[in-house]
Amino acid sequence: MLRLLSLAVSFWLLLSSIVYAQSLQDILQTHAAEVAKPSRSSVSVVLDDLVASGLPQALPFLEAWRDREIVRRESDGIFFRRLDSSGEVQLQDLDSGDRLAAGTQELQKVRPNGGVRRAIGDALVRFQLSDPDINKRRSAVDSIARSMDASQLGPLQASVAGEADADLKAVKQRLAGMLVATFGETPQDRIEAIKGLSGDLSVDTRAVLNTILAADPAVAKTLPEGANIAKVLTIGEDISVAEAYTRLVAAKLAPARVTKDAIRDALLTHMDGGRVGGVPVAELGTDEMRARAYDQLAQDGTVPVRVSDDAQAKAVAAHKFYLEYTENDAAITDAARLALNGIETSVALSQTVDLGLDALSLASIYFLAAIGLAITFGVMGVINMAHGEFIMMGAYTGYVVQQFVPDYTVSIIVALPLAFAITFAAGVAMERLVIRHLYHRPLETLLATFGISIALQQLAKNIFGTQARPLTSPEWLDGALVFNDVIAISYIRIAIFVLALLFLMVILFVLKRTRLGLEVRAVTQNPGMAASMGINPDRINMMTFGLGSGIAGIAGVAIGLYAKVTSEMGADYIVQSFMTVVVGGVGNVWGTLAGASLIGFLQKGIEWLNPSNTLAAQTYMILFIILFIQFRPKGIVALKGRAAAD
Amino acid sequence: MRKTFLSQNPSVLIFIALLAIFTIAVTLLSEVTGVGLISTSFVKTLGKTLCLSLVAIAMDVVWGYCGILSLGHFAFFGIGGYAIGMWLMYARTEGIVMTSLASQPLPPTPAEISDAIGNQIFGVVGSSEFPLIWAFADNLFVQLLMVVLVPGALALVFGWLAFRSRVTGVYLSILTQAMTLALALYLFQNDSGLRGNNGLSGLQNIPGFEDSSQAKVSIAFFIASAFALGAAYIGFAWIVSGKMGSIVKGIRDNEARVRFLGYHVESYKLFIFTTTAIAAGIAGALYYPQAGIINPGEVAPIASIYLAVWVAIGGRGRLYGAVIGAVFVSLLSSWFTGGGAPNINLGFYTVQWTDWWLVLLGMSFVAVTLYFPKGIGGLFDYLVRKPS
Repeated sequence: MLRLLSLAVSFWLLLSSIVYAQSLQDILQTHAAEVAKPSRSSVSVVLDDLVASGLPQALPFLEAWRDREIVRRESDGIFFRRLDSSGEVQLQDLDSGDRLAAGTQELQKVRPNGGVRRAIGDALVRFQLSDPDINKRRSAVDSIARSMDASQLGPLQASVAGEADADLKAVKQRLAGMLVATFGETPQDRIEAIKGLSGDLSVDTRAVLNTILAADPAVAKTLPEGANIAKVLTIGEDISVAEAYTRLVAAKLAPARVTKDAIRDALLTHMDGGRVGGVPVAELGTDEMRARAYDQLAQDGTVPVRVSDDAQAKAVAAHKFYLEYTENDAAITDAARLALNGIETSVALSQTVDLGLDALSLASIYFLAAIGLAITFGVMGVINMAHGEFIMMGAYTGYVVQQFVPDYTVSIIVALPLAFAITFAAGVAMERLVIRHLYHRPLETLLATFGISIALQQLAKNIFGTQARPLTSPEWLDGALVFNDVIAISYIRIAIFVLALLFLMVILFVLKRTRLGLEVRAVTQNPGMAASMGINPDRINMMTFGLGSGIAGIAGVAIGLYAKVTSEMGADYIVQSFMTVVVGGVGNVWGTLAGASLIGFLQKGIEWLNPSNTLAAQTYMILFIILFIQFRPKGIVALKGRAAAD
Repeated sequence: MRKTFLSQNPSVLIFIALLAIFTIAVTLLSEVTGVGLISTSFVKTLGKTLCLSLVAIAMDVVWGYCGILSLGHFAFFGIGGYAIGMWLMYARTEGIVMTSLASQPLPPTPAEISDAIGNQIFGVVGSSEFPLIWAFADNLFVQLLMVVLVPGALALVFGWLAFRSRVTGVYLSILTQAMTLALALYLFQNDSGLRGNNGLSGLQNIPGFEDSSQAKVSIAFFIASAFALGAAYIGFAWIVSGKMGSIVKGIRDNEARVRFLGYHVESYKLFIFTTTAIAAGIAGALYYPQAGIINPGEVAPIASIYLAVWVAIGGRGRLYGAVIGAVFVSLLSSWFTGGGAPNINLGFYTVQWTDWWLVLLGMSFVAVTLYFPKGIGGLFDYLVRKPS
């Protein structure tokens, strides 16, 4: 009856809190007895009220209460937080935070016991989990996810029902599932929860399952009955004899090995008049002599005996080495193993898909870098070593445009045609001034364009400096398209892929469906005949070279968006671009596509085999290409018939 | 035979005479004799230039005479440097380690010595294990053999594969460049076993000659470089004159016709490619002890391109042209980039040659390719043109 009354009072107070501005002290005074002398059973009423009040100062109060920093002034029963600053005791008002000197006032300490403090801790979590501010709730959930604890399970489950935000509710449910899987009360609960986790590919889930499956190495004469053994290790396969012996020593089941350092130290301590164990010191320059001297010392009993290899092998053979789960219940570890295996299979599948996407985007970058070259080299047979520098020029054009046009979206839209125009002009100028004179000397074209490449690179260095310049992508290209926890691809890569696709179509259209394309193909196949049909080969060569160079400029903008813009960025792509064209098959746009795909996928594949070392991947890649060209000198898509004639 | 060879090639005699006079003059004027008109560092620069001339004539033979524009000969040069550098670094570190271990009460075991040396050499790449390729690093003879064998074997295998499948022209150039890039990328790795990015250093200290001054060591290497250059010049001049030379030049001018005449073109190309690679390796082995340090950046594809630039500017198809190109461009390059050239003040802009030298080099390279395909060496044609 009394309880009912107090509930009614607190309800009334709760209502009044909406009407009047209620202070923390008021709530505390309402439950003065429960706050001053809290017990496990009575404290929940106070905590419920505090949580319900939603007062911001309740949170520091709860922390102070838990940490036994709350005192009550005996004269009027007001609660304070007690602060010790530089030896002087101060009292802090719980609502306003004002400090006053404690003086000689009689203070009564509030000492919550262990059970109460746990309840307060739960309330703290609950307080944050049901905070009206969604960001606070999120950070509370994050902090639980960071350090999982059995005590968080109750409050978290309690807060799920009241969660208004659907996304956060899902996160909470997922987290609750992980907590049950780890800390659930009955094995059935845990197994159910583990089964519930099996569709989840996230790293957290895998970490939870791995924690459940944590196994410690152990050693015993015979396998213990009833232990939850993960795996029995085979000597020589899972574990070497030396490692096994080290474990025996660690488990105090065998005498320690005498290391080479120990032998040396022992010999040094027992040196006696230029001899140790009967061996002259000057002869101790080999391991055998040192061992002999040491054994002599051991026979005299001054040092412990060396453990021979045979003895080690015997000791190891007499024991069983195994991994034992820290979790005792085999049913739980079995369920976790099953769930983890399922997850790992889907993760592996997702990783393959992700790798495929990565490879696709790398292939589109190579394609973009190489397609311009495929036109100049493939179609015209002119080798342009300055192609990489045209890519660089395009990227710097993008950078310069961004200096004048602050809006990133507009600047990219301006930069793309501008880069095309500038590199088109540069390409035409180069064709007119240099390459035109060298059409019959391909090796010298290569050299002359090298010279241009060196000069352009240094020129860019002189103008823009050696440090990398940013080419910022518009905001709508930030972020990534996320399919699940493993498969994600950034929008910028998708954009590059789309751009590559667009290029492919435009170039195919130009070459196959336009007058220019027809003339280009005619000049490529037979310049003399084309000229006699009224085509001006000079003009066509100029246009083709300009087109190839202009495309390099656009590719430069695209590459600059995702990589750094430096004066050397062109040089990074030039060899790969040539490889792409040569592997794909010269003189064919489809060949370039095939070459870029082959190289992109192969490089990602090699990187996947050896993820820590991209340099090695590139090395093997190039070696592969060199070998590939030996066996298919004309590339993947080889031209046949008259078009193939050199 | 010898008489006819020399009478056919008077330039060989002239070159050897000039080289001998130059070598003797530098030696007499160096700090070794006490005259000291030429500083030790300049002796080293001259010695290095001789080595670069050696690799340049190798390049000239393979490109100017045989028509293979190899962009990989500086890679062979680097391999030679690495091969000798391994011994120099190992032997010197061994000396240092032995001295420091000698003060210990117990004589060191072989394992302790090799651990200590490994720590010294590979500490920078976080390792102390000796990789397999260092197995013979303690043996000067084997490493000297590797200077010749590794570039030779690499060129043989690569050339055999490439020539067999009739990869020619620009394709071959790109393929050799790819090979160079692969080698450079491999060397850049920390676990390549050659100290990755750090390369090999301290090579100017020759083990066994710690007591000799650098002045003496540098003169010794200078003379050795001069001898190597002279020997290679005579050797290559002999190869490219006579019947073999005619076939090689024929391959350059029209490979198909030489093949139809019944010659096994691939064997000739392979022979030229391999011997020049070996010469490049030897040049590298002489160069890097004078430079003191070798790192993967030296092997990067751009170095091989510069080599082609030297030969083109000096004049292809004549051995002295290659030497002129290498000497002229490499000395000019160090003059410009070393701040030796005066800056030009244009009023609104000051041309600093350290920044603009490469632009000038690149443009002059284009100009030479376009307008003076015979290079500087072509000027001699005007001087010694016989009245006809």
